[in-house]
Amino acid sequence: MASIARCLRVTRPSGLSALVKSPVSRVCAARAFSATATNAVRKYTKEHEWIDLSADLKTGVIGISEYAAKALGDVVFVELPEEGKRVQAGDAIGAVESVKSAADINAPISCKITQVNLLLEDKPGTINQVPEDDSHGGGWIAKVQVDEVGVKDLEKLMDDQAYKEFTAGEAEEH
Amino acid sequence: MQSARSATARSALRGVYKSSLFTATSSAPTSLGVVLSRRALSSRSSPPPPTSAPITGPRLDTAFSRPIISSVRHVSSSSSSKLAKTPLYDLHLAHGAKMVPFGGFHMPVQYTGLSVGQSHAFTREHSSIFDVSHMVQRIFTGPGASLFLQRITPSGVEVLPPHRSTLSCLLHADGSGGIVDDTIVTRLPGGKLYVVTNAACREKDDVYLDQEIAKWNAEHGDLQVSQEQLHGWGLVALQGPDAEAVLAAALDESAGVDLKKLYFGHSAYARLKLRGMQLSSPLLISRGGYTGEDGFEISIPADETVDVTEALLAAGGPAKVQFAGLGSRDSLRLEAGMCLYGHDLDDTTTPVEAGLSWIIPKERRSADAGFYGADVIAAQLIPKSKGGAGIARRRVGLVIDGAPAREGAEIVSRTEEGKEVVKLGSVTSGCPSPTLGKNIAMGYVCDGFHKAGTEVDVVVRGRPRKAVVTKMPFVPSRYWKGV
Repeated sequence: MASIARCLRVTRPSGLSALVKSPVSRVCAARAFSATATNAVRKYTKEHEWIDLSADLKTGVIGISEYAAKALGDVVFVELPEEGKRVQAGDAIGAVESVKSAADINAPISCKITQVNLLLEDKPGTINQVPEDDSHGGGWIAKVQVDEVGVKDLEKLMDDQAYKEFTAGEAEEH
Repeated sequence: MQSARSATARSALRGVYKSSLFTATSSAPTSLGVVLSRRALSSRSSPPPPTSAPITGPRLDTAFSRPIISSVRHVSSSSSSKLAKTPLYDLHLAHGAKMVPFGGFHMPVQYTGLSVGQSHAFTREHSSIFDVSHMVQRIFTGPGASLFLQRITPSGVEVLPPHRSTLSCLLHADGSGGIVDDTIVTRLPGGKLYVVTNAACREKDDVYLDQEIAKWNAEHGDLQVSQEQLHGWGLVALQGPDAEAVLAAALDESAGVDLKKLYFGHSAYARLKLRGMQLSSPLLISRGGYTGEDGFEISIPADETVDVTEALLAAGGPAKVQFAGLGSRDSLRLEAGMCLYGHDLDDTTTPVEAGLSWIIPKERRSADAGFYGADVIAAQLIPKSKGGAGIARRRVGLVIDGAPAREGAEIVSRTEEGKEVVKLGSVTSGCPSPTLGKNIAMGYVCDGFHKAGTEVDVVVRGRPRKAVVTKMPFVPSRYWKGV
């Protein structure tokens, strides 16, 4: 559990404060890292997970959205999915926790977990810094193998634009 | 993402342990889509409101402690139009507060620039100002005031000297020993008693107190009691190791109050220096608080609350004092082992079960002590091993390995080869401790599993996690009791 203290220290100067002060530039930075450049399809769930699907529709990367990371606050603990596990869309596969709240991570589509981001065990605050970064050092949660069912599940998810409108609507309600 | 409550809520429903304690925390697995919003930030991941809660009105107001759950959202939204503002509302916004509904008020949960963890650490290292004006400040007067409070609380109110406070609780008139609300009772000069109760219990307490006062006055012609609320007044808590220095810098020197001699649990009237050579009116300053740190709570007339708060902020400067919100207030009080009503205490909990026997003075520990539930509580005070009734459950502290455990998580016996796992109770509050870097929680366990060092498991997301019963406070308290 030393990781909690460590993480708080890591995120103290740079993490959330930067995120709160300049949300716009943060979003842009995250996008530039990964989304638009290399991945044709990044889809979002209403529960605020994202998934990138490779061009051959065989593999994907899962994470939680910038919007979700910001709403959670400083993440101090990430429960990673189980490697090798086959899951259905909507299954709880892990959790993200800050001091004040906990949220399940659900599988955006049916898939098999092939790799988890062990960096998050030591540096859970990475989720606050680069939640939508699927590269080494990024805040992605898991890499997955996808079959036809998974590809079909993808149709129900939102693209970048739709998700932006969805979260704007959510924010307005409050 | 879904609220992680769902798993624990479901497992709580599956649990076979159905004591009344757990009805408050077992919750319907309704739609659990996460609402990530300003509301979500406010959430201290607690279970959804019980569908058949033993407590009605007040719990609806505790939106701060609600999960990130869409089914609850409309409750907060629809009530937001009726939410009251504390005198510091505009000042909070000016300081970048994120406001959430709590206890019927718009309350700050955190401020721009400091996360909950950072604000928590700042309070332990320097000091923070918490707006607690949502709490209900009551003044009891009349020749029967002390004796009346000795009927509805187990405290020795008659022998409480002027300007001394005691933690206490209002007890149900049915004699069950159950707690209506927890409170601080302070004797003021001139026969007045100052009683602060929880915002989330306001309506319930009002009904209870009105009934009890009417009943008392009907029975005691010569010992009447009356109660008034300090409507609209401010209540500000200054907490942390720098609190004394900050207050000292703002204190009017001619007041003659020596903060070094104002010990924990004591109070005094003093004026504060405001901007432009102005002085505040004499304010009731009580040493104590809800963080485990040294600190003060200051009761302030509505029209002076902003000026006094700004004076405190200016007296310390941003290096020594910052605003802090409900987010860090909750993690601080949990580290200090303090109860939050509606979570760690409810109408079915007795002071003995809650580990609050110490608030009952020795001379009031008999069945004929004259307060509600005295016979039940007196019997519980004597353990079964010594011929008393003892208690079936006890509030304990827990340190959990691996995942943080939140309200509603089941506490079970340690999983061992060939041994049946038994449900022992539930977590009532829990979070990762920013100070300790460990997962801390409090909850209730069956008698016999309550001793420090007892190894148990806590079920988080369907998996047992190793936990150890731990003495509270988790972080040593630093009250000012003299040198």
